[in-house]
Amino acid sequence: MSQPEPAGGIAADLRRPTGTPWAERLASVGPIVGLVLLCLVGAALNGDFATLDNALNVLTRTAFIGIIAVGMCFVIILGGIDLSVGSMAALIAGCVIMFINWAAGSGVSPLIAVAAGAGLAVLLGAVFGLAHGVLIAKGKIEPFIVTLGTLGIYRAYLTYFADGGALTLQNNLADLYAPAYYGSVLGVPIPVVAFLVVALIGAAILNKTAYGRHVQAIGSNETVARYAAVDVEGVKILTYMLLGVCVGIATLFYVPRLASASPTTGLLWELEAIAAVIVGGAALKGGQGSIIGTVVGAILLSVISNILNLTSLISVYLNAAVQGFVIIIVAFLQKGRR
Amino acid sequence: MSTQTRRSIMLTAAAASLAFAATGAAAEPVNLGVSIPAATHSFMGGINYWANQAKKDLEAKHKDLKITIRTAANATEQANQLQDLSTVNKINALVVFPFESAALTRPVANVKAKGAYVTVVDRGLTDTSAQDAYVAGDNTAFGRIPAEYIVKTLGGKGNVVALRGIPTTLDTERMDAFNAVLKVHPDVKLLDAKFANWNRDDAYKVTQDFLTRFKEIDAFWAADDDMAFGAMRAIEQAGRKDIKVIFGGAGAKDMVKLIIDAKDPRIQANVSYSPKFIYDAVKLTAEARLKGEKLPATTIIPSVLIDKANAKDFYFPDSPF
Repeated sequence: MSQPEPAGGIAADLRRPTGTPWAERLASVGPIVGLVLLCLVGAALNGDFATLDNALNVLTRTAFIGIIAVGMCFVIILGGIDLSVGSMAALIAGCVIMFINWAAGSGVSPLIAVAAGAGLAVLLGAVFGLAHGVLIAKGKIEPFIVTLGTLGIYRAYLTYFADGGALTLQNNLADLYAPAYYGSVLGVPIPVVAFLVVALIGAAILNKTAYGRHVQAIGSNETVARYAAVDVEGVKILTYMLLGVCVGIATLFYVPRLASASPTTGLLWELEAIAAVIVGGAALKGGQGSIIGTVVGAILLSVISNILNLTSLISVYLNAAVQGFVIIIVAFLQKGRR
Repeated sequence: MSTQTRRSIMLTAAAASLAFAATGAAAEPVNLGVSIPAATHSFMGGINYWANQAKKDLEAKHKDLKITIRTAANATEQANQLQDLSTVNKINALVVFPFESAALTRPVANVKAKGAYVTVVDRGLTDTSAQDAYVAGDNTAFGRIPAEYIVKTLGGKGNVVALRGIPTTLDTERMDAFNAVLKVHPDVKLLDAKFANWNRDDAYKVTQDFLTRFKEIDAFWAADDDMAFGAMRAIEQAGRKDIKVIFGGAGAKDMVKLIIDAKDPRIQANVSYSPKFIYDAVKLTAEARLKGEKLPATTIIPSVLIDKANAKDFYFPDSPF
């Protein structure tokens, strides 16, 4: 990752903006074009696709992966990766459920128990993210290995706590917590509002703050960034923490949906989140990526499965293949970037 | 308890078994090994719970029975444990739930070669001569019973959607059995069946999309209770009133509780496919061996309809499943 020839890095950096302009433009709108085309196909196949209810369903279910993908976008721009987010979400969900059940059982008012549980989700996310960041930045271990390790650790602990079964929120507490997922503000479901807010804050941090520029600089060329007096280790730790917080936020809206966590919770979320970021135009090697692209990428992925569920044109055995084809086509649409 | 009473009981038992089965060998103490996968998901959690339950119940009931349970995280570990059970614990009977059929055929054959009686559960071995008996659940009934119930409840006419598990032979067997029933009742129409991976979240999403797509649905068949829970949430959220039946499968404790409490008119039945079959397998093997008898080559633990009348027999609040 850190090359010993900073001169070459700078030269490469200077060359990038002079790429063919039309390709650049296509690249930045590629995911949007893909999404629009997909929506047209969806509307043509089933009249119910283009209804407000369906759109809200899709956006609401995208919210979890979408919120995580915003954090993942920072990590990928940084040149890192986090494979543990699905397991982390599952473990956080399990801990929050156990905590709320325990707190309410020991005499705390149910509302306070639920609110504290929601707070705990974000706190746990930050702590897990901090651990990743420290191991990666200070311990100098490859992020792939650190998070592959924690992927196994988090899920194993959840399975242990759940005794191999499911952890379930007590009924009255689940009802109390339910509005966090099922409620809406001005007709917009709360998870969608949260997704939007997280994306807006993410975009502002990435584009308008020194920290955001440092993330991009480190991802472009870590050595150059180091020479430019960027606190590389600090930025890395902060970035993994930021992703952890995003996972915590996503989980806090996930728990009220089914009010349970089991060893299958959050399975493969990491791949969906990473795919959303990459489909949205980021480079897996780091240095570039956008929040808008990530949001579009996340929505695009859910729309594919939504359309497949709304039709029965294709054998159910081929659903995964269709997703694969669409992802590759959209990636092709934005290949001008490379 | 005096040795004399015990001996006289044993004598009576021996006499009875001699009278009962002239071919049976003389009864001897049974040292039974149980080898199962570790609890990595709810169903296996249930398998572990029921194996331990069998040990507790049967050891209390039979003085000449000793049960040793080993759980393994993967096929290799299970093979090692089988070796230990045979050489260290000196078992003379084995109940094994193999991780994989092919990889464990040889290790199980080795245990049998040393003289132990082998019962294989759920996943058959590739070489059936390595086993004495085979005990499994009934996947055909798992699909047939919900279909028959739905047809009957809807009065032979209506629209059904189905949530399938993960593409496997087991899932296909269930779906085929379901379709076979609907074939003779053409007025009950299967609108569509999609995979929801035995997963609550996936079931929630697929159900939402089914609800968007079909305006008139009379019955939901979710081929597993975990999926049924996801489907119920999505139906509640959409506020749909047209659905008359939600039928899960496998008899998870929360679902059976719903049937006992009769709170939800849509959920009045389920079909059993309980991890309790490990309990049955251990019990059948132990009791047959104590009498020196053999099990039938294949025992299918029937999947039966669970409804209000018999739900109590299927409710195990302490089991994780």
